[in-house]
Amino acid sequence: MNTATSPRSAFWRGARDCGPFVLVVAPFGALFGVVGTEAGLNIAQVMGFSVVVIAGAAQFTALQLMLDQAPTLVVLLSAIAVNLRMAMYSASLAAYLGDAPLWKRALLAYMNVDQTYAISVLEYERRPEMTIAERVGYFFGSCVPVLPVWYVATLAGALLGQSIPSNWGLEFAVPIAFLALVAPALRTMAHIAAAGASILLAIAFVGLPYNLGLLPAGIGAMIVGAEVERRMGLQ
Amino acid sequence: MTGWSNLEIWGIIIALGVATYAIRFSFLGLIGDRQLPDWLLRHLRYTPVAILPALVTPAILWPDATGGQISAAHILAACATIAAGYWRKNAVVGAVAGMATFLILRGLV
Repeated sequence: MNTATSPRSAFWRGARDCGPFVLVVAPFGALFGVVGTEAGLNIAQVMGFSVVVIAGAAQFTALQLMLDQAPTLVVLLSAIAVNLRMAMYSASLAAYLGDAPLWKRALLAYMNVDQTYAISVLEYERRPEMTIAERVGYFFGSCVPVLPVWYVATLAGALLGQSIPSNWGLEFAVPIAFLALVAPALRTMAHIAAAGASILLAIAFVGLPYNLGLLPAGIGAMIVGAEVERRMGLQ
Repeated sequence: MTGWSNLEIWGIIIALGVATYAIRFSFLGLIGDRQLPDWLLRHLRYTPVAILPALVTPAILWPDATGGQISAAHILAACATIAAGYWRKNAVVGAVAGMATFLILRGLV
């Protein structure tokens, strides 16, 4: 039994622990590939999104708003808003990895996605005795089953999407992909309340031009979610 | 993609990539070991579930394909997606259920 953890063994443990996420990342990447090409992006553009942005929900957000012919600024602000949760990941990782060399933190930041963050923070909490080098090794290891799979799956989906006739009405796959993403995330009453408020506020703001209703609706729904959480926590 | 030049699309990809990287790097890179206040964390936790439903609600209730008329196929497909995705706790199952519902209903109507 290998209990002595070197950075190298931490790396492989991270890769192994994150392995099951292949089942989440691969279909989701493929979905973006299919939907992106159906929406009219070419393969290079679809891959550009998955390699440069690597944030599925934000990529779908940009895609939907581009289909809606929203102004560029609205496309960017809305997609960025979806990624604000990553500031939370960054702050939480800083507590464990803040002393690592800058270049390693810069590289880690590129790979700081939902799955690698979640699995690594869980491990850091479980093993407070880990050294900085082991933590960094574990994080890089956790990226192995996630990032390459995300790129390859996007490409496979994009190639598949090109072979599907465009008159199938698959633009509707974009909103469907979003709802599919939200449904499993409805873990608590607060999440359900936020999602419900989001729909109602979107309907209330639908008259605003340029899809400008999205940001106030999103902020309002965040406040509802946070408030429900706070009240339930007080009980 | 209709209405967007190649250059505009790449502009969006690069700008979004840079902004997303800046968010990921923010605390890890510059500020170091400092906690965000609880109230802010509590709000940030809900960004995906707060924004994504608002984003797609108009496309489901008033789809372009029907010229903005309310369509049973679109609404039922959306409900099937949420039900299947919530029940199986799996996004791909939800997406497949929703698209299957949509294509079947559109074939019938």
